[in-house]
Amino acid sequence: MYTQALNQADTGPKVVEDAEKLARFEAKIDAEERIEPNDWMPEAYRRTLVRQISQHAHSEIVGMLPEGNWITRAPTLRRKAALIAKVQDEGGHGLYLYSAAETLGVSREELIDQLLSGRAKYSSIFNYPTLTWADIGCIGWLVDGAAIMNQIPLCRTSYGPYARAMIRICKEESFHQRQGYEIMLTLCRGSADQKAMAQDALNRWWWPALMMFGPPDAQSVHTEQSMRWKIKRFTNDALRQQFVDATVPQAHFLGLTIPDPDLRYDGASGHWRFGAIDWEEFRQVLAGNGPCNRERMEARRRAHEDGAWVREAALAHAAKRRARAAIAKVAAE
Amino acid sequence: MTEPKMPLWEVFIRARSGLAHRHVGSVHAADAEMALQAARDTYTRRGEGLSIWVVPSAAITASDPADKDSLFEPTASKPYRHPTFYDIPPEVGHM
Repeated sequence: MYTQALNQADTGPKVVEDAEKLARFEAKIDAEERIEPNDWMPEAYRRTLVRQISQHAHSEIVGMLPEGNWITRAPTLRRKAALIAKVQDEGGHGLYLYSAAETLGVSREELIDQLLSGRAKYSSIFNYPTLTWADIGCIGWLVDGAAIMNQIPLCRTSYGPYARAMIRICKEESFHQRQGYEIMLTLCRGSADQKAMAQDALNRWWWPALMMFGPPDAQSVHTEQSMRWKIKRFTNDALRQQFVDATVPQAHFLGLTIPDPDLRYDGASGHWRFGAIDWEEFRQVLAGNGPCNRERMEARRRAHEDGAWVREAALAHAAKRRARAAIAKVAAE
Repeated sequence: MTEPKMPLWEVFIRARSGLAHRHVGSVHAADAEMALQAARDTYTRRGEGLSIWVVPSAAITASDPADKDSLFEPTASKPYRHPTFYDIPPEVGHM
């Protein structure tokens, strides 16, 4: 999902945890109690959460770029207003998540630095280009649809600040998917060219959307531990299947074809069975070789650098006002 | 390049008049005025509130979770602080 690059070995120092504290921590998790910032937690739990929450935050922030590309070219004022609101929401979601990560003892500056230096990952999906207006429809329908499917169980994740951020995000996210599907619906009910544009966008976004759920369970390094600590509630494959089952009928309603010759309905299980995912493409995009990786990182770095004078000026202004207030106070005494 | 850190502020919002301000999250900002503006943009995009407080996070003193038992456990042995501890005959009516 937005945290699909968790599949890397944990390189932090191995810590031998106090057995009694660990047992109390795990009993709390088993009892469905939430872990809060100042509570004792194993180092591996803290590190996993910092990585997961910050990857999620980075994905929200980088995710503003592909859609921002179409704000000036939205076909109507109604579409434009909705797209601006959606992109602003993604920025807000990034900020809630950064705040949640910071409660684990990592600073905002460190997190931003990890993204800009390329040490931190973000979702592979945002490294694909938005070539036509139909891509904005597909992103809302499929990318936000996949995000919601992943995020609803995260509302019950064991770390309190993360769960609370997710509740807020899920509440705001459902308009995103609906506005995307409405765009697709309008195109599919329009001219032949418009419908062809919708089909072309689906052809390009379908497989990357399935990759959003991360590597297959058999190759997923941290799933077992994350499930035991209730950071994660469902496996990558389970969520991916749920997504396919939900979206195939939605594509059919639009009159579009899913670009998968192996897709078939399995009546016995009630699931839509899909063909093989090109995991080499996924690995390449995560490794930085997707169509837009460099462009996205350049845009984020430029935004950070261009904003440096604003941050500097704001801090200088605040310091000057504090100094003046202190002098005035002394003079008054 | 290491920039100086932006101060952290905790954000509290009053959803409706008659309700208390409630903690909703935090923002980074250089001063109180900018923290209010950032809190407004980040936490009230859908009519979530009528009033915002921002408080420097460093100004908050919190109890230590390790002291939880000594601070809060004693109340568990004081049922006489609750109305249901007292037996009143039903004929007396609602009290």
